[in-house]
Amino acid sequence: MKELLDARNVIVALVVAGLLLLPLYTSITGNIFVLTLFTRIVIFALAAASLNLIMGYGGMMSFGHAAYLGIGGYAVGILAAEGIGSGFIQWPVALAASALFALVVGALSLRTRGVYFIMITLAFAQMAYYIASGLARYGGDDGLTIYKRSTFDGLINLSSRVQFYYLCLACLFGGIYLIWRIVNSRFGMVVQGLRSNEARMQAIGFPASRYRLVCFVIAGTMCGLAGALLANNTDFVSPAVMYWTRSGDLMVMVILGGMGSLFGPMIGAIVYLLLEELLSQVTEYWALIMGPLLLLIVLFGHGGILGLLGRLRRG
Amino acid sequence: MLLVVEQFLNGLQFGLLLFLLAAGLTLVFGIMDFVNLAHGSLYMMGAYFAATFVAWTGNFVIGVMLALGATLLLGIVVEFVALRHLYGRDHLDHVLATFGLILFFNDAVRLIWGPAGLALPLPAWLTVPIQIMPGVFYPSYRLAIIVVSLLVAAFLYVVVMRSRLGMLIRAGASNREMIGALGINIKLLYTLVFGLGAALAGLAGLMQAPILTVQIGMGENILILAFVIIVIGGIGSIRGAFLAAIFVGLIDTLGRAFLPDLLRQMLSSTAASTAAPALSSMLIYLLMAIVLVLRPEGLFPANRR
Repeated sequence: MKELLDARNVIVALVVAGLLLLPLYTSITGNIFVLTLFTRIVIFALAAASLNLIMGYGGMMSFGHAAYLGIGGYAVGILAAEGIGSGFIQWPVALAASALFALVVGALSLRTRGVYFIMITLAFAQMAYYIASGLARYGGDDGLTIYKRSTFDGLINLSSRVQFYYLCLACLFGGIYLIWRIVNSRFGMVVQGLRSNEARMQAIGFPASRYRLVCFVIAGTMCGLAGALLANNTDFVSPAVMYWTRSGDLMVMVILGGMGSLFGPMIGAIVYLLLEELLSQVTEYWALIMGPLLLLIVLFGHGGILGLLGRLRRG
Repeated sequence: MLLVVEQFLNGLQFGLLLFLLAAGLTLVFGIMDFVNLAHGSLYMMGAYFAATFVAWTGNFVIGVMLALGATLLLGIVVEFVALRHLYGRDHLDHVLATFGLILFFNDAVRLIWGPAGLALPLPAWLTVPIQIMPGVFYPSYRLAIIVVSLLVAAFLYVVVMRSRLGMLIRAGASNREMIGALGINIKLLYTLVFGLGAALAGLAGLMQAPILTVQIGMGENILILAFVIIVIGGIGSIRGAFLAAIFVGLIDTLGRAFLPDLLRQMLSSTAASTAAPALSSMLIYLLMAIVLVLRPEGLFPANRR
């Protein structure tokens, strides 16, 4: 029992409880802004969690993860623009498109290692970015406004702030649960083994690239879901969602929270986006503080926030 | 024909400019094994310094020299304060730290120079067109970029391959501990290399500045191009960076110039005019993907390790 009650687990539990009870707080205080802010945070947390699956557990440093945010978003946006408003069609298409993109990108990029892998995933994301900029029919550079959020036959109403927030939260927790199951399955063990020692895993007889590819596709699909949520949240999708600095943001969230820990990316996303929000309220030049802060975190805070909390316990 | 010659020269000029940027990146990458995303920020700072100093001194050449010195100094300061503590760490740490530096530099520039872009006006002697072939005129400034870049490339070659300093640098790349044990101050050497890379990036930035405007974020797009180049050329190889840079410069420029017409002949004109801009922007990324799939180590892998 004492094992369960270290600083790190307590913080995670408090954060989860806080996220669950947030709509209660807004309905009492009438502070809607916090709810919209946290809807965005929860969506990015899902994207960061999916990146953590390949980066933290699989050792695949993808620098193009924001591409799936855009692909999921554009699937929703384009179908909505063509008059197909049903989420039962939009969302599966968004997931399938992301999975397909991840399959192609993964099959090609997983042939490379290390920095080359970082760069080739970046290149593919930039390609997706330029394709979206070239979609003149769907707004091109300016982006695409989504006039009606996905409909689910009265099952859930996405235009209701609270319902949409809980949907996003359910997706986040569902995603984290899925990652937890994957990581502790035989499949997940193999993927983590490949991260530690590929030669040995291959010698045992596991086909390395196939395991990696499946993991890569799962992460891409999960991020595509985040993209569909994000497009519904902002009622808008533009190529800027896929820009490489966005992929950088996602990486920062994962590393900030603690790579390779289940709840790390969620904590990272909350801290990063809250910090961005708070600093931008204090000063217009928030990045002037954020930048050096990131540098300090890298220099002194190894293992992210959760790693720091873990060390705290050991003294 | 005239257009082809002109676009070819434009491509060459762009490629050589990219080489200056990529050379610094590949030096730092190949020798210190350090991923520097903030290289594009140094490029931007070079342009801002030049615009400021040229306006301040009223002389183009003096202003540019001051700007070069300032970028060199800035590079050394950044390395000394922050980045030298990150050598030998995971590449991911480099990415995160230098990503933070990009955020910092962009906002610092916005604070100091304001959100609007600056212009770097050319002196009169650099604006006259020069006749390069009978009936073919080419802007003298672009020609000057080609000449300067080629001189710098030759200088780099001599320094890295023929001088004692270059020998130490290359030795440091292949075995850091050994050269340290032989009594060479490897930390100082690394700082110097980083400063050199910063100055090269600054030079590229200030040379590009009169053609485009000096603005925030100007370093980010071109940084990605530089990364594409060093990946295609093989990380750590200056020769590879040189060839890949010219290749990428030519493909990008010629693609933008001629792809729309080419597509128009094959597709309907509306389809072509929508597809062409996207396709020509994608061209080099496509090239990089093909190269990496066929030769995962780049075209000219440096012989290290």
